[in-house]
Amino acid sequence: MDGPLSDREQATPRLVLRHKWPTRLWHWLNALLLYVLFTSGLGIFNAHPRLYWGQYGANFDHPWLELERFGRWITLPAHYNLAMSRHWHLTAAPIFAFALLFYMLWSLLGRHLARDLAFRRGELAPGHVWQDIRDHARLRFPTGEAALHYNVLQKASYIGVIFLALPLIVLTGLTMSPGMNAAWPWLVELFGGRQSARSIHFITAFALLAFFLVHILMVLLAGPGNEIRSMISGRYRIPETHAEKGR
Amino acid sequence: MSLILDRRTLVLGAAATLAGCDRLAKNEAFREVLFSAENFHKWAQRSLMARNALAHEFRPDQISPFFRPNGTANPNTPEYKALWRNGFADWRLRIGGLVERPLALSLADLRAFPHREQITRHDCVEGWSAIGKWRGVVLNQILDAARLRDGARYIVFRCADDMGGGQGYYESIDLTDAFHPQTILAFALNDQPLRVANGAPLRLRVERQLGYKHAKYLMQIEAVATMDGIGGGKGGYWEDHAGYDWYAGI
Repeated sequence: MDGPLSDREQATPRLVLRHKWPTRLWHWLNALLLYVLFTSGLGIFNAHPRLYWGQYGANFDHPWLELERFGRWITLPAHYNLAMSRHWHLTAAPIFAFALLFYMLWSLLGRHLARDLAFRRGELAPGHVWQDIRDHARLRFPTGEAALHYNVLQKASYIGVIFLALPLIVLTGLTMSPGMNAAWPWLVELFGGRQSARSIHFITAFALLAFFLVHILMVLLAGPGNEIRSMISGRYRIPETHAEKGR
Repeated sequence: MSLILDRRTLVLGAAATLAGCDRLAKNEAFREVLFSAENFHKWAQRSLMARNALAHEFRPDQISPFFRPNGTANPNTPEYKALWRNGFADWRLRIGGLVERPLALSLADLRAFPHREQITRHDCVEGWSAIGKWRGVVLNQILDAARLRDGARYIVFRCADDMGGGQGYYESIDLTDAFHPQTILAFALNDQPLRVANGAPLRLRVERQLGYKHAKYLMQIEAVATMDGIGGGKGGYWEDHAGYDWYAGI
């Protein structure tokens, strides 16, 4: 999120460059890749729809979760084909992982993290957090200058997704690879076993699905046209304050 | 604007998009891209690991209570049944192809080679894992005894199980894995002679790759320069018939 754009746009100060190009590019790349990864991942899961904790787990061991196969409407390909699901998944995964790595580095070095996502003094005070939750629940979105900054809930979810959930799903994915286990033995130790890693991978995928659903809902509620434009061209129209509306 | 439409489609019905992906996957050029990810993974993993980096070996108390057999549970061909009835006394492992000294080894001959015992995790491409204790002959000992000729690049393993239509199961690995210290020809699982379901009398263990590489019911080992002309040319039965990756480290 930046200040006003150029001289021409200074003249219409309500339009700002909200998202820089790395954010926009990464966003749409993720939309595509996470879709492929989620649906092909369900296709792979269908080959053995049981989850275990620990180092091992097969049909005669106790699963903590056992599901029916996911339907063809949500798997890639849209019929059971483990080899093709794996081709899709393992093609998308490295692109996704390296894009994430570059975005994390850019956020750190380009000060996106420090400027836009880091919590400000006092933001984490219980009273402030509670106020943000109440505003959010009542769908009272910030207007004017305040709309240029993320609130506490947004910051927490973006930091949680970029620096926790996404790295977690990459690392647990790598942990399932026997080759990577030989290359980086610390991976299996970190997650307490290959089957634990598989379980965490699955749970994280559904946590990201939950994030996605809330994300879409918030975009729809906050004004999809303006929000989607800000993620394509970067231009974001600052919502008028109530005082301005009255003028 | 197509990106917005994609999102809308995604919310309204994943099915249509998935059908689109499936059509895309039938495009020859795109298919090539999907199938070549394997090369990247092989290159990346081989770059990250030492040539002889070991797969983790577990403690005896970590062994799976029951080691799940998978794939062929019994080859059931007349030839295999005859060998089994005789306790595999007439079974011979033939080693040939690009070698100076072709061999035909009985189980007793094999047991005379140095053994290795390892408690490792078997990871099936389907997602499950089982831990078992394997005992067998280190493959590089046998390859050294047969003396590979220049030009040998892959080791092909031919098996007794007929997968239908006279096509036998087979697999192949490159020399990096063939000479890896944990790559063994196992004749015992959890201190018992290999059961038929687990690949009696002898199976391959190639611990840094997925289960389908671990060929069971071994009959013949062949050193080759290329996979052309062997089976469907893709280096293994499932590679030929189901489109599995030849490099199964991931």
